[in-house]
Amino acid sequence: MEITAIYYLIPSMIMFCCGVYGFLTRKNMIAMLVSLELMLNSVDINFAVFNRYLFPGQLEGMMFSLFAIAIAAAETAIAIAIIINIYRSVRNVDVTGLNQMKF
Amino acid sequence: MKQEIGLLTVFLLVFLYDIFMPKRTLSGLPVFTVVAMAVVTVLGFFPCCLGAADEVTAFGGMYFTSPVIAAIKGILNIGVVLVLLQSIRWANSDMIAIRRGEFYELLLVTLFGMYLMISGRHFLVFVIGLESASLPLAAMVALNKGKYESHEAAVKYILTAVFSSAIFLMGLSFIYGLTGSLYFDGIYMQLYQNYSSMLIFALAFVIAGIGFKLSLVPFHHWTADVYQGAPTSVTSYLSVISKGATAFAFLCIMAQAFGCVYHRVWEWMLYAIIILTITVGNLFAIRQRNAKRFLAFSSVSQAGYIMLGVIANNAMGMAAMMYYILVYVFSNLAAFGVIQSVENATGRTSIDDYRGMSKANPKLAFCMMLAMFSLAGIPPFAGFFSKFFIFTGAIAQGSTAIYILVLIALINTIISLYYYLLVVKSMYITPGEPEIATFQSAPGERLGLIVTVGGIMLLGIVSPVYNWLMELAQNSSLASWFIQ
Repeated sequence: MEITAIYYLIPSMIMFCCGVYGFLTRKNMIAMLVSLELMLNSVDINFAVFNRYLFPGQLEGMMFSLFAIAIAAAETAIAIAIIINIYRSVRNVDVTGLNQMKF
Repeated sequence: MKQEIGLLTVFLLVFLYDIFMPKRTLSGLPVFTVVAMAVVTVLGFFPCCLGAADEVTAFGGMYFTSPVIAAIKGILNIGVVLVLLQSIRWANSDMIAIRRGEFYELLLVTLFGMYLMISGRHFLVFVIGLESASLPLAAMVALNKGKYESHEAAVKYILTAVFSSAIFLMGLSFIYGLTGSLYFDGIYMQLYQNYSSMLIFALAFVIAGIGFKLSLVPFHHWTADVYQGAPTSVTSYLSVISKGATAFAFLCIMAQAFGCVYHRVWEWMLYAIIILTITVGNLFAIRQRNAKRFLAFSSVSQAGYIMLGVIANNAMGMAAMMYYILVYVFSNLAAFGVIQSVENATGRTSIDDYRGMSKANPKLAFCMMLAMFSLAGIPPFAGFFSKFFIFTGAIAQGSTAIYILVLIALINTIISLYYYLLVVKSMYITPGEPEIATFQSAPGERLGLIVTVGGIMLLGIVSPVYNWLMELAQNSSLASWFIQ
């Protein structure tokens, strides 16, 4: 059996949807961050697969994945720093408690 | 390229000053930053110094600059100088003094990211610019460590920012799969030859990701909370500079990468988003009592007006958009300057607190009134002319649908008059004793307000400003990407 691009694209789309679902339903900020990581990683898979199967002559997608990984790491670092700040201030990482400001 | 180098020089000087200067001289850092930034701003307007005399590309076409792009960067620089001027007193206050350097360094880094966004002609450079413009902003929002609201705003901002950038990258990966290129012109060439319905899906994701940064309506929920919780200097930076830079970058992407599918794919998407943005922003602004939340929703609806320059898709729309951003910088920073000096003096940010301000602090009330008139678009202030030009630019696009869009925007201008004038009413007409006693603003705040008020009064009347932008827009190679 030949493994074609679709065998990679479907799992990556499932990962992305799981990430969106997790982001919208989870109450714990760390779990939300994990969901965001899932979404970003599915993007990396997509880029690598498109590059490998559709445009094998170039490296643009691979390079983009590399940069996307670095950017995702920076995002996680700063998000964790802010979550630690929140924890110090309210002793909790539950998002449902963060509703002091609303319209 | 030269403007980026100038900005990096300022950044390095600020960084070195912050680290190596003796502790007692550190309170001079804000003034030093303002002066350095002002020098870079002035030099940026002269092609012989830091500006761009003609079109330059670098990094194999990934980076591009031209006189138009140098001009929009100059406009952003003016805004940054004003924000920095107004932040001097806040940065030297006891709470912030220990993190003063970080505020200025992060601010300059985000500005550099915005430069990359505007100049990037390859999606890799654009994404790096977008992220380095939005991630440090989360740290800036959280800068006020003693205040709970600041934390809450920061966490709301960072989570939604990462979510939207994941969505944006997903759309980008499909665009890569469809076209095999991440260069703007490469994408254009491919889409010119063949086009699949998958593009609608991909482009919707891309517009959603950028729409988050611009706080267009279905993606605007973070705006009010973040604007309220962030320190006021950061809020003014977020609402003016970040928005202006992203709007121009959005225009470049839409014209250069997706210009050939304007009618088939993104005209109607943007059409719906603009109507929603202007209307929802206006309706929600009416019921706000906190001045910063009020300006947040006002800036949501202003973003809708700025988007008219993108949907116009012609040289006049581009010139009008740049002019709109310039005027918006002055009017919004005047409003934020008043809010900031009231907040620094008394710690209060509610619109009800402004009652009777015309008696206690007549000059501040006058500045606020001019800012509100300009944001609402009352002649002869600059805001009227910017709205006029952007409507004219959109109408020049020519289709009947755009006429209806401009009509809806016009009706919304009338609605917006109501809530802008509510502020003026509470300052001038509502009877009663002044809520806030007479106080003296800091010199930096006063200078910032003088400049912004001068800009509001003069920019509309001095026509060479608009003529200059129009000439730049017509002569630029960007104009050749528009479909007309």
